[in-house]
Amino acid sequence: MSLLGRSLLDINQLKNSDVEELFSFSKKLKQLKPLPLGHKVLGLLFFEPSTRTRASFEMASHLIGVKSLSLDPSQSSITKGETIEDTALTLQALGAHALVMRHSSPGISEKLSELLKIPVINAGDGQRGHPTQALLDAFTILEERGAIVGEKVLLVGDVKYSRVARSNIQLLKKLGAEVAVCSPSTLKDPYLEGVYQVANLEEGLRWATVCMMLRMQVERQMGYEVPSLKEYSRRFGINAQRLKLFTSKGILMHPGPFNRGVELAPEILEDPRNRILAQVKNGVFVRAALLSRIMGVDMEGMKL
Amino acid sequence: MKVLFQNAHLYDPSCQLDGMGEVLVEDHHIREIGLDRLDVNAHHIVDLEGKYLLPGFIDIHVHFREPGEEHKETIESGSRAAAMGGFTTVCCMPNTRPANDSVLVTKYILDKAKLHSRIRIHPISAASKGLEGKEMVEYGAMIDAGCIAVSDDGRCVMDPYFARKVLEYLSDFKVPFIEHCEDCRLSQEGAMNEGRYSSEFGLRGVPHAAEDIIVARDISLARTTKGILHLAHLSSRHSVAALRLAKSEGLKVSGEVTPHHLLLTEESLKNLDSNFKMAPPLRTEEDRQALVKALEEGIIEAIATDHAPHNLEEKSLEFHRAPNGVIGLETAFAACMKLVDQGELSFSRLVEALTSGPARVMGFKDRGQLKVGKFADFTVVDLKAPWSVEKNSFLSKSRNSPFMSWKMNSQVLATYVGGECVYRVGGS
Repeated sequence: MSLLGRSLLDINQLKNSDVEELFSFSKKLKQLKPLPLGHKVLGLLFFEPSTRTRASFEMASHLIGVKSLSLDPSQSSITKGETIEDTALTLQALGAHALVMRHSSPGISEKLSELLKIPVINAGDGQRGHPTQALLDAFTILEERGAIVGEKVLLVGDVKYSRVARSNIQLLKKLGAEVAVCSPSTLKDPYLEGVYQVANLEEGLRWATVCMMLRMQVERQMGYEVPSLKEYSRRFGINAQRLKLFTSKGILMHPGPFNRGVELAPEILEDPRNRILAQVKNGVFVRAALLSRIMGVDMEGMKL
Repeated sequence: MKVLFQNAHLYDPSCQLDGMGEVLVEDHHIREIGLDRLDVNAHHIVDLEGKYLLPGFIDIHVHFREPGEEHKETIESGSRAAAMGGFTTVCCMPNTRPANDSVLVTKYILDKAKLHSRIRIHPISAASKGLEGKEMVEYGAMIDAGCIAVSDDGRCVMDPYFARKVLEYLSDFKVPFIEHCEDCRLSQEGAMNEGRYSSEFGLRGVPHAAEDIIVARDISLARTTKGILHLAHLSSRHSVAALRLAKSEGLKVSGEVTPHHLLLTEESLKNLDSNFKMAPPLRTEEDRQALVKALEEGIIEAIATDHAPHNLEEKSLEFHRAPNGVIGLETAFAACMKLVDQGELSFSRLVEALTSGPARVMGFKDRGQLKVGKFADFTVVDLKAPWSVEKNSFLSKSRNSPFMSWKMNSQVLATYVGGECVYRVGGS
């Protein structure tokens, strides 16, 4: 099924063939020159603070000649009592052809996609999902490791409050990877199905081919998750010493923004296995591929 | 004035009454009752055409929002919704605005009820000033003014010392303390049951322990104080187990359950429809079955609707911000009859849990049974009268029902309070 005109609300909506097609298209895009700004407009509606995801969507849309138009809810009428529905309808009326949104409420993108005529792309809804992050992470694994099937992906840290973890686990399992999680019990999600729980980081690192660190979602945590960030780092922080246990061909990932000295020691940014910036870069192309498929951008004019 | 109810299927399991018969009403009370023809002269005859005549239903847990939130419900609209559901008595929770923590508010509610309600309305006093769990309300004065129980419903009394003192003090008056069992330090900002579905939907969950802990704590306090404790809207199988144990010990502890907890589970939340959001949350199938079983066995005495009207604007907020609560008066009987039709619950227990059960919990000695001397409060029902729940099926001001579009098999045909008809299906 074509992605044209469809919303992306949950990573499970995509079939493996959709993902494969997007990835081969993303690869192509990586070699192309940006298109001049065209006729299509992408609305950006971020109710939660975001710099990188929003910037990535902006870069992606410009790459395929789509103009991005952003409403900053903190500056707009939301503070004057306008509802989210009203704000989204306003963006549609302003002429947006698709809407990218982030909000703290799980499921809000579904609600808006029922209301709006234009497709909606979920750029993070509370702790539930972040489908485009999952896509760019899987794409990065594919590029850097050559395949996803059979990869052993270890997620470290705040699984419970992480939408990145939720969407990644779903997509990676679907694409044939094995997934393990390693976190303090207070940050585990006991209801996650089909993932291995590893007892400690050392065991996890010996097993994994991909190590994905998760940001401590301090803003979503309810308190008493860890005694201190220092203790978290002592038990779950990735440092050079621990990385000796990790295969030399493995890759290290982090959705960003990372906390130096918490999820990772600064020295590992120099480690040849670090792919954090590759993730950021790939995000632009994967999102461009997705946007152009969803918005039906004519790519005829693009030259290799 | 004498009114004779004829050709009625008299049914009241609490006094082993089951058969065709007649009831004579005089001065709003049952004067005579029999499974034969009564040899009397009446001014007025009501022919029930063989339908069931049950004791009038009693709902010990409703929110009528007056004073303060009349756009959601008033005593007038709420009482009409109640009559439609077959309820002849309701007890109003005190979380109005202002809260019912003063004689002034109690009198206001009773005055409104006298003016606008054709059913019997009894206010419940707040347990603490402003429902803040800190300062005691003058319970003696509130009971004298007409309150029949004490509760901070909607909020749990978090301070165990305060809960202890309330139970102790109230034992002088023989009125129950009704607890909304929810340790809010455990429920945090939870929007549904904590479990695989909250994980899947990415919502904060409310663990069973939030309820279980307070149930266990209050049972322990009831043991210590000899107070009368009533546990509102139970949702967890573990709290049912605790209640069972407390009863076997002979403590003065009772429990209620809502139709939605008897019929629905957390799975209903898959569309994140806030009409399935309430506190306590819908839980698992295992919990639901434990609640039905406890009701069947008499461990849970009463079905209470926790009728909690909210308007569309508020319920349309993002799921985690939408207020808790659903309406239930109009659908309670028909919805619970589904359990009878499915063979999960006996008809006799259903009727008891809507009549003599709640009467016993609240200490109503003048109603809840078809017996000479009791109020002539009746609910007439048809067990084979299909209807479907639609937006216009309600007399409440609000529409936040979890049973929308359900196909029902049973229906309340008419409701009588003191022998007078206050609702008739299709009537004005």
